[in-house]
Amino acid sequence: MTKQEWPLYEVFIRSKSGLSHRHAGSVHAADDEMALTNARDTYTRRNEGVSIWVVRSDRIIASDPAEASAFFEPAEDKIYRHPTFYDIPDDVENL
Amino acid sequence: MYTQGLDQKGEAVSGASETPEQLAAFQARIDAEEKIEAKDWMPEAYRRTLIRQISQHAHSEIIGMQPEGNWLTRAPSLKRKAILLAKVQDEAGHGLYLYGAAETLGVSRDQMVADLLAGRAKYSSIFNYPTLTWADIGAIGWLVDGAAIMNQIPLCRCSYGPYARAMIRICKEESFHQRQGFEIMLTLCRGSEEQQAMAQDALNRFWWPSLMMFGPNDANSKHSAQSMKWKIKRFSNDELRQKFIDVTVPQAEFLGLEVPDDRLYFNEESGHYEHSDIDWQEFFDVIAGNGPCNKQRMAKRRRAHDDGAWVREAARAYAAKRAARDVA
Repeated sequence: MTKQEWPLYEVFIRSKSGLSHRHAGSVHAADDEMALTNARDTYTRRNEGVSIWVVRSDRIIASDPAEASAFFEPAEDKIYRHPTFYDIPDDVENL
Repeated sequence: MYTQGLDQKGEAVSGASETPEQLAAFQARIDAEEKIEAKDWMPEAYRRTLIRQISQHAHSEIIGMQPEGNWLTRAPSLKRKAILLAKVQDEAGHGLYLYGAAETLGVSRDQMVADLLAGRAKYSSIFNYPTLTWADIGAIGWLVDGAAIMNQIPLCRCSYGPYARAMIRICKEESFHQRQGFEIMLTLCRGSEEQQAMAQDALNRFWWPSLMMFGPNDANSKHSAQSMKWKIKRFSNDELRQKFIDVTVPQAEFLGLEVPDDRLYFNEESGHYEHSDIDWQEFFDVIAGNGPCNKQRMAKRRRAHDDGAWVREAARAYAAKRAARDVA
């Protein structure tokens, strides 16, 4: 039975022009076209979107949460990348 | 609609490989109000509890389409029919959001549906009551969706991210459901004597089953403590039930209807309504499959599943054919 299940798609919706697409949830569909219409019927019944992306869930490449600390570690010790790292006297303006 | 924590039997869970350190680190994340996401490490019992709760919740949404669907062809006006269609469609959508959230925990959609059809999975007791008159559609929106909202709003802060996000989406839509129900009741209560009587009759039949939606009394709700600790649950069954009664009784008074409980009164001291005991035997009978409509609901769900089989197969065959052509 499981074998016959329609593939899973992840759904991303742009709620209005000027904003990025954002993950909304998932739908099952037999093919890409059906995934789009199912996503529309499931996630935009109240004009929640002006654009939808769907992508097969098994095509998404994701980082591993268990490895997150090692994976993101290179960014952690570079505090000089943040403006708050720099000591500027209070009387200097517009900086 | 919502989940009742129905069959929380302490099932044996294989958490043998879980170390005390892992469990402590997990609880620390929960205590810090961090959300748990699909691929994060979690105790097997947490996963099991969520799969059971979210899938029951999803099944409730899907079965919940039936009592209201019963009135689609007989709604009293085109406007009411369009509204009811939209509401029933929302319930299907809510079921789909929730199945999607449960799938992130590693259970397949087909498995959940199979569990429901085989009678292994439960759904909310409330949907085993019949909708005998149009006023029942009003009572369901007002009371059943009202109780659902009470129960679901805290779930928006549930520790499991995908469930919490599905609940936020659902709660946004649920408010329309409750308001349209109240408006149906209001229209009837401002109508003829016959219409008022119809509204009263619907309240009489749906009041107690609505209170049962919050699940057993706290003293008899064994697994609540663990769910609270995991922040799946934020308030106890009795707390939520009391909140519901406190907001709903004045609404009934506004409608000019009488809540069918002769021991109901407002306790000035506590600021809450006191009410009679709930007939828990009825609740357990309905859960056990002996409510007025259990057999009918399941038979209809199975029939719909079987009747749709050819559509699912045809869509699959068409997709396979097109995929083969694209390769060639």
